[in-house]
Amino acid sequence: MTTPKKELAVAALRCGTVIDHIPSNVLFKAVRILGIENMTNHVTIGNNLDSDKLGTKGIIKIADVEFPEATLNRIALIAPRAKVNVIRDYAVVEKHRVTLPDSIVGIVRCGNPKCITNNEPMKTRFEVIDRDNVTIRCHYCGHTVNSKEAQID
Amino acid sequence: MNRNNLVSISDISKDEILQLLRQTQYFEQNPNHKILDGRVVATLFFEPSTRTRLSFETAVNRLGGRVIGFSDASTTSSSKGETLKDTIKMVSNYVDLIIMRHYLEGAARYATEVTDTPIINAGDGANQHPSQTMLDLYSIYKTQGRLENLNITLVGDLKYGRTVHSLLMAMQYFSPTFRFVACNELQMPQEYKAFCDEKGIRYTEHTDFSEEVINTSDIIYMTRVQRERFTDIMEYERVKNLYNLHNSMLDRSRDNLRILHPLPRVTEIALDVDDNPKAYYFQQAQNGLYARQALICRALGIEVPEAANDMNA
Repeated sequence: MTTPKKELAVAALRCGTVIDHIPSNVLFKAVRILGIENMTNHVTIGNNLDSDKLGTKGIIKIADVEFPEATLNRIALIAPRAKVNVIRDYAVVEKHRVTLPDSIVGIVRCGNPKCITNNEPMKTRFEVIDRDNVTIRCHYCGHTVNSKEAQID
Repeated sequence: MNRNNLVSISDISKDEILQLLRQTQYFEQNPNHKILDGRVVATLFFEPSTRTRLSFETAVNRLGGRVIGFSDASTTSSSKGETLKDTIKMVSNYVDLIIMRHYLEGAARYATEVTDTPIINAGDGANQHPSQTMLDLYSIYKTQGRLENLNITLVGDLKYGRTVHSLLMAMQYFSPTFRFVACNELQMPQEYKAFCDEKGIRYTEHTDFSEEVINTSDIIYMTRVQRERFTDIMEYERVKNLYNLHNSMLDRSRDNLRILHPLPRVTEIALDVDDNPKAYYFQQAQNGLYARQALICRALGIEVPEAANDMNA
């Protein structure tokens, strides 16, 4: 039996967004952060696909949607090497990596049970204090956490 | 948000710290300076405190202002489920300044985001307690004549003790050498050790409160192992008496050594230390009054004369 070609793993998209190079173990977190669960568009999600860079990877294809930059950058926290391809009429018209913003509002839950953010109806806010290791600090209580251990709401 | 807020000691610069210390000295010399005439200050204490609340309230009174507030949140609407945001917004309508203590960490920072009335953080959980830091700095300066190049030994609960964390951050400008004395469960958190590394602050860690450490210290800063910070009471019982100070342990200590403690103490400083001239914790608490007078004026944007001295450490 021959190994199917990578290109066959997911169908081509006429218009929309492809997010590639998402680590397999955070794919569904990325889906949640981007709010894809509630979309009515055609969505194709592939996971545990072969990747030279990551070993295995996940990929998300959403038809007929282009996300604002700030929305896409929200997944940089868990998938710092994710690549965004914007497709129009079967052609990739834009291709770029996500970038980690300086502060992250309302995605991560603070791991400190005594933090005000876990006890008031309010949005969390974290500042990125170490870009290389993706370490973030709670703006309110100062609790620091590596993005790998961060609890995503 | 008001720019005169004081949430964390890191909100103020070295120059401002030195200015506040000179103003603190002014208030020590002139404690009854009525410059808050017509001002109303709220003290909102969602968590119990004796010293901090009384000294803040005394400070307002001695400056000629008025105080409203509560010292027990169970008598307020927060016991009915009112959010902190609503309480702060409501109180902001009444007063010129809010001084607040809260059991949740980050509460004061959040409060500054929901009001334009200035906020002074009088302690938020295990997080920050900047007015304590100012009185600690003033006590160190007053007893040592300088802030630079001191050997400062922090003892007891270094994990949850907010006063030691704030003091450590404030001392970054003054080239201290720290000794952290604590049991394994209550070690200085990694983030503060990383802070020291980043700022080039020397420190050593000890599990033994040894003679050698005591005899080379300029300041010994004792802290209480706080029961309310433990989730496991058995662990508290096991560690609570490991780092107690007795008078005999000070026999060969330096002449300039002073013992500080944010108070309340339980058993960590034996009563026989109280009569030793090196015991400074009660005067330290008194300094809290003057330090808080200076902080209240800062928060309200009121100019204060500065005591003339050589404080340019």
